[in-house]
Amino acid sequence: MSSGLPIMEKEPSSTTLVAALAIAGFLSGIIIIGVYLATFDTIAENKARELREAVFRVLPNVTRMQKLRYDGSELVVLPDNAKDDEETIYGGYNDAGEFVGYAIVNAGPGFQDTVRVIYGYRPAERKVVGMWILESRETPGLGDKIYKDAAFVANFDNLGVDPEIVAVKKGTKSRANEIDAITGATISSKAVVRIMNEAHKKWDARLPVTAPALQQAAE
Amino acid sequence: MAISSKKMNPYDEMMKGLWRDNPVFVQVLGMCPMLAVTNSAINAIAMGLATFFVLVGSSFLVSSLKRWIPKQVRISVYIVIIATFVTVVDYVLLATVPAIHKELGAFIPLIVANCLILGRQEAFASRYPVKLAVMDAIGMATGFLLAMFALGSVREILGEGKLFGVSLFGDNFEPWVIMILPPGGFITLGLLLLLFNWVGERKQAFIAQVAEAERGKA
Repeated sequence: MSSGLPIMEKEPSSTTLVAALAIAGFLSGIIIIGVYLATFDTIAENKARELREAVFRVLPNVTRMQKLRYDGSELVVLPDNAKDDEETIYGGYNDAGEFVGYAIVNAGPGFQDTVRVIYGYRPAERKVVGMWILESRETPGLGDKIYKDAAFVANFDNLGVDPEIVAVKKGTKSRANEIDAITGATISSKAVVRIMNEAHKKWDARLPVTAPALQQAAE
Repeated sequence: MAISSKKMNPYDEMMKGLWRDNPVFVQVLGMCPMLAVTNSAINAIAMGLATFFVLVGSSFLVSSLKRWIPKQVRISVYIVIIATFVTVVDYVLLATVPAIHKELGAFIPLIVANCLILGRQEAFASRYPVKLAVMDAIGMATGFLLAMFALGSVREILGEGKLFGVSLFGDNFEPWVIMILPPGGFITLGLLLLLFNWVGERKQAFIAQVAEAERGKA
């Protein structure tokens, strides 16, 4: 509109500029805090439900669970709302409140990013009875078969842990501690096995055959 | 205002985003989410809807507040506004559809850096009345959503033999895995751009032909 003439518009003072940005930031902060508070409970609930479903998935016949933590010498029962850390595992119990097995979470590097695995373990039989992937960014179509391929997941339904779990070429599984690796996703399959072996090594000596009894949680 | 807004029709402003100025196929903006999260139709749609909300909300706010935003800090203020909407979307998705939020992962916060959104604020919303700005944002965001869906469905159909997780071809279909990997994104986008340009050229040629014929008659 005024291409030829240099019109000197009055520069707003720095105070105005700072104030404008400060107000924008302040209002934005209030909105974000509001949304955070409004969604906090639902998000926490989702996470807890996801974990509970995972525990029930890897331990057959389990309908109740409680958090257990290794305090250096033995397993102690934690309240449900306690914060999880590396020493936390989950005890699974059936309808009658009898102990079924432990669910152990461990994470480690996969093909692309960290893979978080949960698996069910029965100390009495020294067997893994189920495995599920909590988190992974493995390649879609290849590495993601570690949780999308039902046949691979079924490998872990009745798996020995002695001397350790071994991934073998698909179709050559012959011993109780072997699983069929996924064709085209050997690294991801081996990552799952390595993560589980690491966790087993760490937890093996710590887990009594019978876990602390189920404490009646307020339903 | 340099340009009179009287001549501008809100409907036209909306429709231009769908085809003539489609943000993806014509302006080639927003390529990062375009290539990254279109490995399935549902992810593509979720991303498209998130972008829709952010773009329309930001355009509305920027256009309504434009009188009070000092020119020197306008880009920073736009970014604050966009980032606020993105954070809202992030938390709401996490609370309502955690599975999809997990799939989209880091790409939701990255909506802030989608040049399509900042571009519309600077080029349009900050210069035109609220009504036009919102219509423009709706058009652009819908154009983006449709493009995301086009890419996402093609890649999911070819790469997994499914659409929205429903198997289309039965068990004998061998999935074309590369289509859901990054190269498949580039290939599909390239082919769609080719198609778009070809259709555009054909249309131009047709219009020219008709004009010629009219002249011949007269």
